[in-house]
Amino acid sequence: MTKQRLDQRFAALNAEGRAGFVAYVMAGDPDPETAFEILKGLPAAGADVIELGFPFSDPMAEGPPIQRAALRALKAGMTLKGVLDIVRRFRAEADQDTPIVLMGYLNPILTYGFGRFAQDAADAGVDGLIVVDCPPEEADPLADELDAAGVSLIRLAAPTTDDKRLATVVRRTSGFVYYVSVAGVTGVKEVDAGAVAPAVERVRKASGLPVAVGFGVKTPEQAAAVARIADAAVVGSALVDRIAFAIEANENPAPKVLETAAALAKAVQSARLASKAEA
Amino acid sequence: MSPAKSNAYAWPDENGRFGDYGGRYVAETLMPLVLELEQAYRAAKADRAFQDELDWFLKHYVGRPSPLYFAERLTQHFGGAKIYFKRDELNHTGAHKINNCMGQILLARRMGRTRIIAETGAGQHGVASATVCARFGLPCVVYMGATDVERQKPNVFRMRLLGAEVVPVTSGTGTLKDAMNEALRDWVTNVDDTFYIIGTAAGPHPYPELVRDFQSVIGREAREQILEQEGRLPDALVAAIGGGSNAIGLFHPFIGDDGVRLVGVEAAGHGIPTGQHAASLTGGRPGVLHGNKTYLLQDDDGQIIDAHSISAGLDYPGIGPEHAHLHDTGRAEYVSATDEEALEAFQLCAKLEGIIPALEPAHALARTGELAKEIGKGGIIVMNMCGRGDKDIFSVAERLGTKL
Repeated sequence: MTKQRLDQRFAALNAEGRAGFVAYVMAGDPDPETAFEILKGLPAAGADVIELGFPFSDPMAEGPPIQRAALRALKAGMTLKGVLDIVRRFRAEADQDTPIVLMGYLNPILTYGFGRFAQDAADAGVDGLIVVDCPPEEADPLADELDAAGVSLIRLAAPTTDDKRLATVVRRTSGFVYYVSVAGVTGVKEVDAGAVAPAVERVRKASGLPVAVGFGVKTPEQAAAVARIADAAVVGSALVDRIAFAIEANENPAPKVLETAAALAKAVQSARLASKAEA
Repeated sequence: MSPAKSNAYAWPDENGRFGDYGGRYVAETLMPLVLELEQAYRAAKADRAFQDELDWFLKHYVGRPSPLYFAERLTQHFGGAKIYFKRDELNHTGAHKINNCMGQILLARRMGRTRIIAETGAGQHGVASATVCARFGLPCVVYMGATDVERQKPNVFRMRLLGAEVVPVTSGTGTLKDAMNEALRDWVTNVDDTFYIIGTAAGPHPYPELVRDFQSVIGREAREQILEQEGRLPDALVAAIGGGSNAIGLFHPFIGDDGVRLVGVEAAGHGIPTGQHAASLTGGRPGVLHGNKTYLLQDDDGQIIDAHSISAGLDYPGIGPEHAHLHDTGRAEYVSATDEEALEAFQLCAKLEGIIPALEPAHALARTGELAKEIGKGGIIVMNMCGRGDKDIFSVAERLGTKL
């Protein structure tokens, strides 16, 4: 019943009257041990939900930062099975409460087998799954298995998704809906929170679920702006880029990434307080 | 759901499936665009004026119909069935690619799109896309793997002459699959004005269907021409397969004719056992990439493996979903030819027929001789000569140890 972890987390955030900070990192990037150190540190840095990318050789919806992160992880030997091992270890050694949502592409899951994957993911302590290249029209075989295992299939809604289609998109979804704030790949264009607000409202109404906004959220200011209009702000490319910079500078990436995550988390946590104070 | 008889063949179904293959595995941002394209294509397909306009351009601009030529000396050489070439290498721009580009650009205009993007491997599809964009005055961006930009310089220059912007892709391994990833990234970023001309019968539905339909002019003509010249249908059709658009274009009008064998030839590169090849059906297994479910070269974790072929046009780790279906049902046979075998056939064809084939159909020719012997005298084979070899003379010269 891992779905409960997501529901409880969003209920708690709602009770606190603030938005959540969703931190995306790539499993196994830049190497298994450093990646685990980062993952372990994220809850203390203020991550309310962790999105853990599982690498794919051909990530069609990613911009350069996450493409490179996937290549680093693959080069360091990461596999989908390895990703589940990491989650299992995280639950055993670090944290029982922070929801973990895996995010990636369909082919590794298809190769693993939908049924076996859903069960193994649930056993490892995975709460949700986002599959970028699996739209609702193709999702039923996977959704059946995830439902049986109690793992949420989290959907993406995009600026191109109109009202009519939105009904299809939110069918069989749970946990939250991920609103893609810009038409584009991850980490390139920048979010305009004002323009996104009506869409968030639309998705919230259609789904009855919390809405997290990602793609194009890079700075604490942008994360705060998103936190004022959505239930959660997702930051990915800025975090994985921090890994790349640290490697280039010969620094240990873990403390640097966690520092960046903490700054983003703080901006998200205080966003609504700040806007109330201004008002 | 499966059609009871092959002459009732009606794939894809309403979900864009050819049996278990195909579908629309794209990001949500692209789904509405893919669905809109499907609607627009349905309307165009039913519109006589659209078909008439396409036919006009195919006749007066592309140079169709292409001849069906009896390759008499090769037939004598192999000593078996009569070998005919469907001569799509005589098309404007030198390959079958333009048939599809002409169809898609007319569709793009009909949909009011003002910017065209394409991916290319060897550069033939890029050149054909740049050509139709020049003809209709639309800006064209062609994504091409950095490795391929280096090994296909003449085509890069050609595209630039035609006014296209060629973007070298350095992500991944810098070959065709990476170019396709990058084109998809462009499309997802420019959803309002851009039309993506996919070069092969793969990608999300409706691309495999519409590319097949635009390429089926090859098979329709061949059918009419062989009936005229021989008074009967051929015993076998042979075509090279990368993504598989020239092959499906030749095969499709014959799928209901059970007596006609359909033979696709994949690129075996250095040989299937070496792992360095591009034979997705022979050496791969089903998976999902670039918007469709089909046979792919992949590792145990579902990561895509790079293909290898001397022919940049066959150097792709996947195959169109309709071929995956025809493979599983057994309606078509799929074999392979190595780099070496293709090079031999390339030279043989030049010497005996005065036709320098592209390396892609040279793979088809490499298996045609055996097939001709197997079918024997009195039999008839039609092979798709889908491109000419001018683009390949540099890489062939290098392989033969000649410095140009």
